[in-house]
Amino acid sequence: MTGDVVIVGASVAGVALARTLRSSGFTGRVRLVDRETEEPYDKPPLSKGRLEEPVRLLTRPEAERLGLELLLGVEATGLDTAARRLALSDGSRIGYGALVIATGVRARRSPWIGPGVHVLRTLADARALHADLAQGGDLVVVGAGFIGAEVASTAIDQGCRVTLVDPLTSPPARVVGQSVGDRILTWHERAGVNLRLGRVVEALDQLADGISVRLDDGEVLRADHVVVGIGAEVDVDWLAGSGLHLEDGIACDPHGRALGADDVGEGRVGEGRVGEGRVGEGQVFAAGDVARWAAADGAPGRRIEHWNSAQEQARCIAATLLDPERPQSPSAVPMVWSDQHGRTVQVLGAVDPGVEPRLVEDGDRLLALWDDGGRVTGAVSLGWPRGALAARRAIANGAAVTAVVDTVAPREAAR
Amino acid sequence: MPILKADAAACQGYASCVIAADDYFDIDDDGLVVLLSTEVPEADRERVDRAARACPAAALRLEGA
Repeated sequence: MTGDVVIVGASVAGVALARTLRSSGFTGRVRLVDRETEEPYDKPPLSKGRLEEPVRLLTRPEAERLGLELLLGVEATGLDTAARRLALSDGSRIGYGALVIATGVRARRSPWIGPGVHVLRTLADARALHADLAQGGDLVVVGAGFIGAEVASTAIDQGCRVTLVDPLTSPPARVVGQSVGDRILTWHERAGVNLRLGRVVEALDQLADGISVRLDDGEVLRADHVVVGIGAEVDVDWLAGSGLHLEDGIACDPHGRALGADDVGEGRVGEGRVGEGRVGEGQVFAAGDVARWAAADGAPGRRIEHWNSAQEQARCIAATLLDPERPQSPSAVPMVWSDQHGRTVQVLGAVDPGVEPRLVEDGDRLLALWDDGGRVTGAVSLGWPRGALAARRAIANGAAVTAVVDTVAPREAAR
Repeated sequence: MPILKADAAACQGYASCVIAADDYFDIDDDGLVVLLSTEVPEADRERVDRAARACPAAALRLEGA
């Protein structure tokens, strides 16, 4: 059996791929393998307070209707590209016609563990955290990236007292630049989050009645709960020896075909025709956070941990599988979003935090625009959806900064 | 015919739907989604379904798709 598609990771990329194959008319076998036993769910909402009802990417009845096989609660443990076989944690081996690896990343392990100490990546993590937060009390968040900042915001809403600790003096500035980053910090201050910035956690000790968090300046914070949000890391150990090129994720060509799988670069492409269920013929692809796609010109790319990029990569892979003569590459403007203290942050395109952007303001709405001397290349919107939309279109179309300003703030442009 | 539905309380104004299908979606000045049409003919079903699934806030659904 060589015509079927096996997808490792029922992530946003994995599920989007399975759906796209079906909506494109592919009738071959499609299996989705995931280590979690949960029906596939969406991860971004987990830090944003919407937990009561997780957003399901695919339910079992829907999978059945679409003819997608869900293999949940099993982990991929090894890959033999020559034999086109995947080893699973239940001891079985399954063959594939085409394999797509979309396992995402995992939360960087906390250097501290114990009761009340959390990381946040999976639905199980989120349920444990929110059960704790519902009790109120003092929360210390270690790491003020977007997830840490969102947890701080959610916890304040739930009635906790929150302290946010980060080694950087302006954590959001690392992503959006100093002036926009400072603006985001004021949201935390106004919401009542205690900021301990430029501070490193030196020790975390369990007490009889909670947790003590000692900072590098000697301050000791008392906490009932601690969230360690210090980033994510790729987990590709199971692919060791597979021949795939594993340097910061899975290295791929501009169409998501993993380098080092036996038929990449040999000019052998699938003989599949839509509907016949013969695709890819032994090809291995990777999508989403775990994948490092080359740029369109073949230059080495970088991993993109963006939800919308994962969706688009999945669509490209589906199209490439079904029509190998015309392999697809992503073209959408990359987008990251965050909800903090009832406001939205949108990061669009290529933002250079080291360069101060052009700022456009309208009340407390702000749009920051980066350009290459003519065309808009990147933008950040704080609470300004129409501004973000105009910037996103401008980045896609290669429009000038003045065109965006004219759209969102005609009075300013006329000055 | 598939019917398009929006959850106004969930909408955050990210406008990914507008980028994907601006003949079905727009946002107003406050960033709230505006459905330009709720009945989706078969020819547009896949494109509009994809646009709905592009919503980061899971605020959109194409029912009967």
